[in-house]
Formats: sequence, C-alpha cells, structure tokens
Amino acid sequence: MGHGHQAPKGALGQAYLNCAATLAASCGEAYTVPLMSIAAEASDLSFPHRHLLGIEGLSRAEITALLDLSEQAAKLSRQIDKKRDDLRGRTLINLFFEASTRTQSSFELAGKRLGADVMNMSVGTSSVQKGETLIDTAVTLNAMRPDLLVVRHHAAGAVELLSQKVDCSVINAGDGSHEHPTQALLDALTIRRHKARIEGLIVAICGDIQHSRVARSNILLLNALGARVRVVAPSTLLPSGIGRLGVEVYTSMREGLADADIVMMLRLQRERMTSSLVPSTREYFHFFGLDYDKLARAKPDALVMHPGPMNRGVEIDSNVADDARSVIREQVEMGVAVRMAVLQALARHLPNR
Amino acid sequence: MQALTQDQRSPSRATAFVNARLIDSSSRLDQTGGVLIADGLIADLGPHIASGAVGDAEIVDCGGRVLAPGLVDMMVFTGEPGHEHRETLATASRAAAAGGVTTIVCMPNTDPVIDDVALVDFILRRARDTALVHVHPMAAMTKGLLGEEMSEIGLLHEAGAVAFANGKASLANAKVMRNVLAYAKDFGALIVHHLEDPTLAQDGVMNEGEVATRLGLRGVPAAAETIMLERDIRLVELTGGRYHAGQISCRTSLDIVRAAKQRGIPVTCGVSINHLTLNENDIGPYRTFFKIRPPLRSEDDRRAMVEGVASGDIDVIVSVHDPRGAEGKRRPFAEAADGAIGLETLLAVALRLYHNGDVELGRLLQALTANPARLLGTGSGRLAKGAPADLVLIDLETPWVVEPERLRSKSKNTPFDAARLQGRALLTVVAGRLVYNYADSPGP
Repeated sequence: MGHGHQAPKGALGQAYLNCAATLAASCGEAYTVPLMSIAAEASDLSFPHRHLLGIEGLSRAEITALLDLSEQAAKLSRQIDKKRDDLRGRTLINLFFEASTRTQSSFELAGKRLGADVMNMSVGTSSVQKGETLIDTAVTLNAMRPDLLVVRHHAAGAVELLSQKVDCSVINAGDGSHEHPTQALLDALTIRRHKARIEGLIVAICGDIQHSRVARSNILLLNALGARVRVVAPSTLLPSGIGRLGVEVYTSMREGLADADIVMMLRLQRERMTSSLVPSTREYFHFFGLDYDKLARAKPDALVMHPGPMNRGVEIDSNVADDARSVIREQVEMGVAVRMAVLQALARHLPNR
Repeated sequence: MQALTQDQRSPSRATAFVNARLIDSSSRLDQTGGVLIADGLIADLGPHIASGAVGDAEIVDCGGRVLAPGLVDMMVFTGEPGHEHRETLATASRAAAAGGVTTIVCMPNTDPVIDDVALVDFILRRARDTALVHVHPMAAMTKGLLGEEMSEIGLLHEAGAVAFANGKASLANAKVMRNVLAYAKDFGALIVHHLEDPTLAQDGVMNEGEVATRLGLRGVPAAAETIMLERDIRLVELTGGRYHAGQISCRTSLDIVRAAKQRGIPVTCGVSINHLTLNENDIGPYRTFFKIRPPLRSEDDRRAMVEGVASGDIDVIVSVHDPRGAEGKRRPFAEAADGAIGLETLLAVALRLYHNGDVELGRLLQALTANPARLLGTGSGRLAKGAPADLVLIDLETPWVVEPERLRSKSKNTPFDAARLQGRALLTVVAGRLVYNYADSPGP
C-alpha cells in the first residue's frame, strides 16, 4: 500500500520496543512531558513511513509506538501550557473535500499545539468546484511547499493518489469507504487507557460496516494488536467477503454483543434508507440500535464507543450515549493526542534543509 | 522482408510469401508452404508456393515463421467522431496494423452516436481515406444508445453496419431487446450485447468480493452479468435472433453459454484479452488502468475464461481497445474512466496463453481470426484462394517489453505497462498492401 519498509522484527525490534516502553513509563510520572526527547528516541526505527495512508501495512510495533507517543501528547494537552515547537516553521494544510468539523478541528489543534502554521482549505472556496482534478489541486498545493498535508476525500484511494504527486508528508483523514487511520488509532488509545491492553479483548463493531472507513481501519488495527473483532450488522450493510478480513460476522446484536468488552457503534447515514438497504430508522433502531437491553449482553464493564457524530435514537439510545460506560467524549480528546503523535512521527522524516 | 520496398507495396503486383508455417484455423491447416497474393486477394497457397515457382512475383522469405490470416478485432472504441483527442480511426488503425490486426469493428459509442446511416457512411469514408486497416462500424441498436427506441436496423445494415450493439450498457428493457432480436433476424443482422444489469452494477467499480471490500470500493457482483446473459438466452430462444455476448468475464457465464450451446441455441460469446490474462488483484493500490467493464474478476474466473477459449466454448477474443486520456484515468479509482487500450498488444498478450501451454496455437488464432470474421461476414480471417489478402507474419519467440510511450495509440492507458511478452507481428498485409513492417519501424 505504498508504505516504506517493514517494521523492525526479531531481537533488535523487540529490544527497541522495550526501550520505548521503559521510556514511556518513566516519563509518565513527570508533569511536564519532554515530548521531543521521546520522539527522537522512539521514532527512527519505529515509524519509518513518509505518509500515513492507512493502518494496512503498519506493524504491531509501529502502532504501539504511535500509541505510546499519543499517551504523552494526551498528557501535554491537559497541561496549561500545551504549546511545543516540534513543528515550528512547518506548514500544515488541511485539505477537506468532505466537510468534517470534528476531524478538521482536531488536526488543526494538533498542528497548532506542535507549533505548525495551519491552513484550512475547504472545497467550497477552492477551484475544485470549478472542475479542477484532484491531481491538479495536489500539484498546485505542492507548489506552496507545505510540509504536511491532511486530506479527506470522498473517493477510496484518493489520498494515496494525491500522495504520489506531492513532496510533503500526507495523512489520510478518511478516504471514501477505505480507511480512516487516525480514528482507529484514537479508538485504540481510548481502549488501552481503560483496559490497559488490546490483546484478547472482544470488540464488537456494529452498524454500517459496508460504507464505513472507520470499521475497516479498526478491523485492521485491532487485528494487528490481537483483539477478537466482531462485526454486527444486517446483511445489507455487510460488504462481500468481510469474513475473510479476520472478523466474526453477526447479524444479531444479542449474539454479537455477548461478552463483548467493547461496543463500537457506527453512524447510519440517512441515504441508506432511500437506497433500500434498511427499511426505516424505527426498524433499524429496534434491531440494531444500542439500548440498555442489548448492552446488557456485553460484559458489565464494557465500553461504549462512537466515532461521531451520533444519530441519537437511530444507532444509539440517548441515555446509553451519556452512560458512565460511554467513552465517546474521551475519544474526541484522544483524537487530538493521536493526531499530534502522528504529526510528530511523520515530521521526523521531513527534510531538514 | 526488408526486400519489400515502397513501390512494391502496391497491390497490383503479385507477391509470394514463401517458406512460412501456414496456419489457417478454418481449414485446420498447419504446414510449411507459401501464399501468393495478387490484386488484393489470395491467389494461391500451399507447399508448392516457393521461390522459383511463382514466376515474376515479388518473393518474401518468411524464414519459417507463422503466416496466418490477419486478426479481426470486433470490439474497438475510437474517439472518432467526437473525441479525436483520445483516438482517431487513423491512429487506431496504425495501432492495429502494428499489432497484426487487419480488421477492426468500431463501436457506436461516439459523439454523435452511430445510429444513423449518415454516420455509418462517415465512418466508412473516413476509414477509406485515413485508415491502414479495414474498419467496419457497429451501429447502435437503439436510437442514441438510450435503450428505448429501435434504430433503423435495416437501413444501417444495408449501409454497412456489420453488427448492432447497445454500447457499454445493457439494454435493460426486455421487451425492446426482444423486438431488436426479432427484427434484426429478418436482415440476418448480428446483435452484440454488453452484459451488466444496470441496477445491480449501479455503483460498482470493480469485482465484488474481498479485494473490493479491503479497498473500500463498491463491487459489481457476477450476477449482474449472469442475470442479463440468462435473460438474453431466453430471448434468443423466443426470437431466433442472431446473438453474440460481447464479453463474458466469469465462470458462471461460461457455464451458461456452454449449457445453451448444448441445448442447440445459436449463441456465441467473446472475452477480452484483459479477462484472459489479468485478475482483480492486478488493481493493487487503485491502479485505474485496470478499471474496465465488466470488471476484472477472480483468478478462478480468469482460469475459466482461458479454459473456455481452449475448449472453443468462447468463440472470440477481443481487445476492447478503449483509449482514455489522463483526464479520465488520473483520478481516484471510483471516479476514473473505464477502459484499456489493447489493439497493438492483443496478439502478443494472447500468445501468453500459447506459451503457457493453456491454448494451442490454432485454437488461439481461430478466436482471433476465423470466428469473428465468420460472425461479421467479412469473408476474411482465412487462408483460402479468393479470400482477402489480409495476412500477418508472426514471430512467436522474440521477447520484448511493453513501453507505453512507444505504442501507436493516441492514448497510453495500457494495463500491460512494462509487461514482458513473447512474440509479435512482423509484417501486416491488408488487402495485399503492406501496412506494417517491424523492420522499418520497430516497436511497440
């Protein structure tokens, strides 16, 4: 998938991982986190990629290193002084072909906390609406010499295509129904903070799997970290061959949520009703909406997650969304942390001329 | 071969191709001998055509290489009229000549659509004035390719349309399809249909299945093809129309065609060179040059297509040459144009099946020459006295690597970029005229 070489494996890689873990543990106590030093120590072996285009192609060690780095960024974000200068002098462009308040502001904040100059380009005001092709847009932007480009696009593979035409590092902020890697990372970080591990957990991803980039990235990441992944959806929202992606497939919430440690809900778009994939919101909520009855099948300490924005009363009961087991707001917080970590990891490979 | 000079390329002078391995699938011929051509026709052929035995005819020593009828490619998209920046009849014909293709059938998806006698005339006239190879138009079977009203099939047929198609879309309306088949039958006109249920295939951009799911792309199920194929076969039974499934792409379709043939229903089918040699995994990281319709299927489906050609259940191999510029291809996969060029590489890529031992040479050439010629009624595609002198001299052995920038097509969207091929056309003769000589202009 266009990523660079493989992650370190074997003795060297393991030694390095231990080193990263030790560092993370020792730094965890400090109030003011020396982010730069962690980054410098942890990076070169752990995250050798120029772009973050997806979870596919990332090794367990690379994912773990990003999560460790994110942990530090989360601490930094809770300090009064949140400003670092890792990205001082660097330019980050947010290029969103699809509107997204949440992800765009999360990247913007992450960039600013690390000292980058951040520019938001939304399609409504750009020449894209005048018929310019994606590649022409990429070439134009590239001429402005950004260092980091965060891209969301409605077509699968569009971000990868764009990455081939620019000199800067590219981060996929969601491409069609393909991948949304930073969402999967922030989900994993949130889970790890509560459960202290990912390996062996039963994670049920519920809802519109067919159209969800969040589901694909999560399936890849959770599998890489050794979780047991289930998908739960009506057959019309399950893509063909999903069973061969290393998941257990359920079409009943009662069965799919049994003994789950994590219940991850997905947003259901209104268009799914008009394209006769689901008959009505009422019927969908009855069979697939997360309410207390269905949640009772999961483990008592199960976490409830949702990538947002939620449709209360469609895929999730309003009270469940606000329940103590819900970590939906924490996911948003971890979103900023994960994006800071990703920006740092990639910035280390930027040329230093 | 170098002996042929410019003035000797005139069709009036007799030429003898001697010391060749003559392969003619229509007469099951495979022997050493020669072919004597005069006045654009094959005057004589056989072991007795040898240097010293053909009077003052120009001698071309074939060095023991294969001499076969020129290829007949019955599915070629050009951009003329309407999209000349992609391809003209002239550039398509140059690509054809360099690939050993002596007859091309151009599809009606032009702008304007070939649904009127004047357009058929236009194509034939432009081809006569600019093209190196024979060009026959396929006309639209419904006006504007809209699938609603039947076009003037009788008049178009009379004007020179060799077959009728609905372009790159299935004719979804079964009643119109029934009428088209029944009406065209009265003129002996051939209906060539694209198989893709438009509702099932609606948002799909590649084969449905695990690969599409991983890439986050919408899939086209094989059922979109098989449902349409089953329907068409029922309509052929109902009407007795002359029907050819333009391209099949999956194992189930092969089973359906095979079963229909066993029931005695006069259906034939084609397959693209792409579906014989590529599969969905070749798309890799969203490579749009592999985006075609029907989509590349699984490896098992590809194997089935090869088996179908080997067994003769698949009648015709086509290039489905479809030139697309950067403006169509350099886009995200789902938004990119469908189509791949293939005229110039058709023969060499098809020879892969021969070199692999999957299909014997006579059978392979039959699907590229005699079968399409018979369906179209061109009289070519065979080595026989009185047949058009459309010939290709084939080097089976020399390896080469495809370099897109050297291909003659105006558009460079080949899925065989950097492919290693073995064998090629060395000489191409159309109606007795030498239109391509590898020694003069090497490449692709």
